[in-house]
Amino acid sequence: MHGWRRFWQPFSGQRLAIVSLVVLVVFVFVGVFAPWLAPHEPLEKHYNDDGRLMRLLTPTGDFWFGTTLYARDVFSQVIIGTRSALVVGVITAAAMTLIGLNVGLIAGYFGGWVDSFLMRTTDVVFGVPLLPFAIVALSLLDRSTWWIIALMAMLFWPITARVVRSQVLSLRERPFIDAARISGAGHLRILYRHIAPNVMPQAFVHGVFGVAWAITTEASINFLGFGDPYTVSWGTIIYDVFTSMVSFKAWWWFVPPGLCIIIVTTAFYFIGQAFEEVANPRLRER
Amino acid sequence: MSASAQSRNIRIYFAKRVALAFATVFFLATIMFALFRLLPGDPTMTVISEALNPEVQAELRQRFGLDQPMHVQYGRYILNMLTGNFGVSFNRGIAVSEILGEALSHTVVLMLPSLVLAYLFGVAGGALIAWKRNSKTDRIVSTTAMIFRSAPIFWLCIIAVALFSIHFEIFPAGHMRTPGSDYEGLLETYLSLDFLHHLVLPMLVMAVYYGCYPLIVMRTSMLEVLGDDFIELCKAKGLSEARIVFGHALRASLLPIATSVSLLGAFVVAGSVLVETVFSWPGIGRLMVQAVTDSDYPVAEASFLLIAVLVVLGNLISDVLYGLLDPRVRYG
Repeated sequence: MHGWRRFWQPFSGQRLAIVSLVVLVVFVFVGVFAPWLAPHEPLEKHYNDDGRLMRLLTPTGDFWFGTTLYARDVFSQVIIGTRSALVVGVITAAAMTLIGLNVGLIAGYFGGWVDSFLMRTTDVVFGVPLLPFAIVALSLLDRSTWWIIALMAMLFWPITARVVRSQVLSLRERPFIDAARISGAGHLRILYRHIAPNVMPQAFVHGVFGVAWAITTEASINFLGFGDPYTVSWGTIIYDVFTSMVSFKAWWWFVPPGLCIIIVTTAFYFIGQAFEEVANPRLRER
Repeated sequence: MSASAQSRNIRIYFAKRVALAFATVFFLATIMFALFRLLPGDPTMTVISEALNPEVQAELRQRFGLDQPMHVQYGRYILNMLTGNFGVSFNRGIAVSEILGEALSHTVVLMLPSLVLAYLFGVAGGALIAWKRNSKTDRIVSTTAMIFRSAPIFWLCIIAVALFSIHFEIFPAGHMRTPGSDYEGLLETYLSLDFLHHLVLPMLVMAVYYGCYPLIVMRTSMLEVLGDDFIELCKAKGLSEARIVFGHALRASLLPIATSVSLLGAFVVAGSVLVETVFSWPGIGRLMVQAVTDSDYPVAEASFLLIAVLVVLGNLISDVLYGLLDPRVRYG
């Protein structure tokens, strides 16, 4: 299945997937141009004419999503948060795919003790409860977004590795691999030139799901207060709401970031599903 | 493959699976040891202040065994872990195992009813939409379940509190009982009306959120079963469609559901970090978050390991059940 060349195929006749793609394009646009689209500085405190802080304003023309308890503009925070969510999601997914793809390729292709060793490692890592582990680790490491990304990538890759390995196991027995070997191709060439392109679609599908997992997980970590205190993300916005319990009436403050998380992750899921149906035709019946 | 060879293979598979579970816990315990003791910001600094007179410092180090070489400390750490001796909480001065036990029971009383409700809702709903497949109901319910599943659980909890506690004032906004109320023992607490009143909201949120998983599993499994030959036979016998779906197909589709219970249980335990934080529920998840925030390292380490053991156990049970229940699985 040459998934790359038929990028549009998954979307034909799939209304949900098309809608999701449009939604994503909008969010990516917002993320890329976030600093220019945000009407205010996300951490700027706003004062009214009397010089008093404008706390917890309901949505108005100036502040589309109202203001926070600390007199900051919610709309600008959500816009800036879009960028960090997408950046974190995509980098994590790329790292996860890179690790998982290589582990799966090497384990499946070489077999024997290499396979046993790599797959037992995969099993062990797969069993680690991500969120509790990340919290403990982040409390001892620096609270930076890079550590969050690293921790997520380090624990997400087993999913990709398992899927890729099982595909490599059947691919390596196929005649075209023998043909490549007879014509003098080395292990590296066979692995990355002949086998890798065939497992890419599946690895890609799980990468798309990975973006969604990463966005939700990062938001959860930030919500618990273990993220970088100087960044603005959807998770930190909800953390701010939660740590100031008085503000549970301020729906304009905590509804938008949560909705954004739902919309973006659902879009990634639906797109991932559409790709999965192409990469794995058995699913198409359902 | 002969029956005896098959059963030997099953035993080997189970033994391997159990060994793997132990390896995972051991691996995590080792990482915890390394994180807590080898990182530059020595966590013991929080108890052994540099302001103390050097003799007192040395004595404290000796008492905590910190004067020993790393491998001795590690050996003692593993031994203590195996015997359930996690030391004393820095902040509360009580044995960590005591704190853990109480928190765990609070988590279980919230988790079990939530899981039961989640499955009731998931199995019934999943069977219904599989029966009405590709109808409008199916599309709406499936899509809603997908959306719910990708929603952040902590946000759903906040929405529930904002709506039902703050706005409508039906349920308390958190905690396990009204402040000031005093009960003798856990059982009396759990059976009080006040406790149940506090239980409802987090339980419902968890039931809806976690119920989406059995719902989707049930729908997929049911659709597969409905395509089987024996369903054709039932139709040929002239059974009504409702009878086929709820009498015959339902039972045959329960296998993936049965194996998913402990898997979802593991997921719920890991997620307790979030749910319990929002609802100030004094369970194991909130305990861990608070201990980590307050640098109460013995509690943080032990509660993490307990969560990890429960999660690993959940995965293990699910794998073993899957092997036992599905006769089609072959080991070799």
